[in-house]
Amino acid sequence: MRIREVFRFAVAGLRANKLRSALTTLGILIGVGAVILLVAVGKGSGAQVQANINKLGTNLLTVSRQAGGFGRGAARNTGTQSSVSALTLSDAQALLDPTNAPDVLSASPVVTASPTATFEGATHQIGQLVGTYPAYFTATNWELAEGAPISDDDVAQARKVIVIGQTVATDLFGTMDPIGQHLQINSVPYTVEGVLASKGSTGLNDADDFAVAPLTTMQNSLTGFGSLNQIVVEAKSSSATTAAQDEITSILTARHHLAATAPPDFRVLNQQSLLATSSSTTHTFTVLLGAVAAISLVVGGIGITNIMLVTVTERTREIGIRKALGAPRAAILGQFLIEAVLLSLIGGALGVIAGLVGSQFKVAGVKPVIVPASIALAFAVSALIGLFFGSFPANRAAKLHPIQALRHE
Amino acid sequence: MSGAGGIGDPAGLSGVNGASGVEPVIELTDVRKTYGMDGTAVHALRGVSLTVPAGDYVAIMGASGSGKSTLMNIVGCLDVPTSGRYLLDGIEVEHLADRQLALVRNRKIGFVFQSFNLLPRTTALDNVELPLVYAGVGTAERRRRARAALELVGLGDRMGHKPQELSGGQQQRVAVARALVTAPSLILADEPTGNLDSTSSADVMALFDRLHAAGRTIVLITHEHDIAEHAERAIRLMDGRIVSDERDGSRGRLSDHRTEHRNEHRTEHRSASQGSAS
Repeated sequence: MRIREVFRFAVAGLRANKLRSALTTLGILIGVGAVILLVAVGKGSGAQVQANINKLGTNLLTVSRQAGGFGRGAARNTGTQSSVSALTLSDAQALLDPTNAPDVLSASPVVTASPTATFEGATHQIGQLVGTYPAYFTATNWELAEGAPISDDDVAQARKVIVIGQTVATDLFGTMDPIGQHLQINSVPYTVEGVLASKGSTGLNDADDFAVAPLTTMQNSLTGFGSLNQIVVEAKSSSATTAAQDEITSILTARHHLAATAPPDFRVLNQQSLLATSSSTTHTFTVLLGAVAAISLVVGGIGITNIMLVTVTERTREIGIRKALGAPRAAILGQFLIEAVLLSLIGGALGVIAGLVGSQFKVAGVKPVIVPASIALAFAVSALIGLFFGSFPANRAAKLHPIQALRHE
Repeated sequence: MSGAGGIGDPAGLSGVNGASGVEPVIELTDVRKTYGMDGTAVHALRGVSLTVPAGDYVAIMGASGSGKSTLMNIVGCLDVPTSGRYLLDGIEVEHLADRQLALVRNRKIGFVFQSFNLLPRTTALDNVELPLVYAGVGTAERRRRARAALELVGLGDRMGHKPQELSGGQQQRVAVARALVTAPSLILADEPTGNLDSTSSADVMALFDRLHAAGRTIVLITHEHDIAEHAERAIRLMDGRIVSDERDGSRGRLSDHRTEHRNEHRTEHRSASQGSAS
């Protein structure tokens, strides 16, 4: 008795009822396909969030003012100095101290405004106009599509130059090349020095509705020489962000004369920790999607049990004939087990193909990212499902008594 | 276990032992079969002793409920007796486990059923090959033997046909081919003409007669006298006991001589079986 022959009988059994075999296979196909596709979607959305954060700069730390300190006014009551210290230019310079802040690569003071710019009758309210130092570009991963970024010289001379984002460029200049053109903000003409490469929009925010000018120019004409809105700090590497965050905190705590117990009047936002949080969130999301898909795989497995039970009942007489002709129990068991495993394996293989094809398309705005392990796992599980869910009906077939089986109508 | 060793014996597969009748194929000694438990027990067989020598052509007759189906199941190794001894081709089968019984059925017995019992959607050739598949015979050898068997039953031109494309008589001839393809020690036919018209019945019975002439051991189970008349020996069962066992010649007067012959034959066969058992 060769396994090849048992296999042949199993294939013949499946082919005898093609529609039923196909429908049972479909159950597994959907299960396996769903596991692969949904895990890919979960992974894809994770990758998308990560990419968005990467666009902002992974080495990036943002220092901003925090009024109050968790709303309890603790800082207000403790000291003699002003309740909330403003971030100043000297704060930014202090962060460049190589001894106290060895992990800080650059610190760019930032002032922001949202003025209306005009060019030959066209007007556009710039979403965010940032006045800063040249280091800002590398810290925040802005790249230029054309032209040049603002230079140290521009800052020193307070030149009226501006680098604009794609949205600003299209709104004001249309198809015209904006480089060298003069746009007006509050009647002050700015020369467009460069156009930023597009970062795309993240959710509702248009990242390209953006412009950068020298800090000094902005202070001269728009914001005045008061406090900074932010200090954008670039750490030396993405692994150094936590160290840099600690250094910034200790330097600013000292400079703002805060008691050790007092809540800080500033806030350091670490892009890396944001990344970690978001990746753990998307991981949960992926697991959840995978679990839902796994349930459909189990349902497919139950479909196999169901169909195999029907098959065994229907073919009781055939089983009786085979047994009378001398088929050992193992041969009958093998035949029905192989049928079940074949159903699930074919379903699994087609499911892998379906999952791979499905992953080529965007699902709910997310480009799925295939996880190879999910393919291997889903396929292996589908094979095991055939074995597990097929063993009960196959065993029932093998145990049939030949006389009763032959009498079965 | 003791029987399993003998099953692989190629001599046992040769089947055609000649009509000498020296070696008994079937040896039943006081076989009893009881269904159910104490209170509701049904005694299907109440002590049957029977010896069928090789090459014999036996008809087992009896009304329904006489125990002939039970006897057929036990002789066919589809069931085991509650008590008693059964030697099939020298193999003690009454204590064999499921697996060994399957082996014995495969190597020693060729079944022909009333309802043909061919696999549906399977060609005649594949149906005839089936017992050889379970015997582990290689593809080429299997095909050759199945073709030979089909040609023997006169269906050489219908090998590729499926059961539903064949007439009842042809289906039963395929079943006969399947029964003899393994060259079994015993061909066991359970009402082989029960579902056939008279012409097909005659065809099938002619086939059995030819097989008998070629030296096969055949046991027919039937309730039809004209079918039983083909056999050389008729055994009549009633209420789980053999009530008559008659050889050729007297077949035509079965009913008349039943009582006279009964005791004589029973004694004869019991002593014969005891002789070879010891």
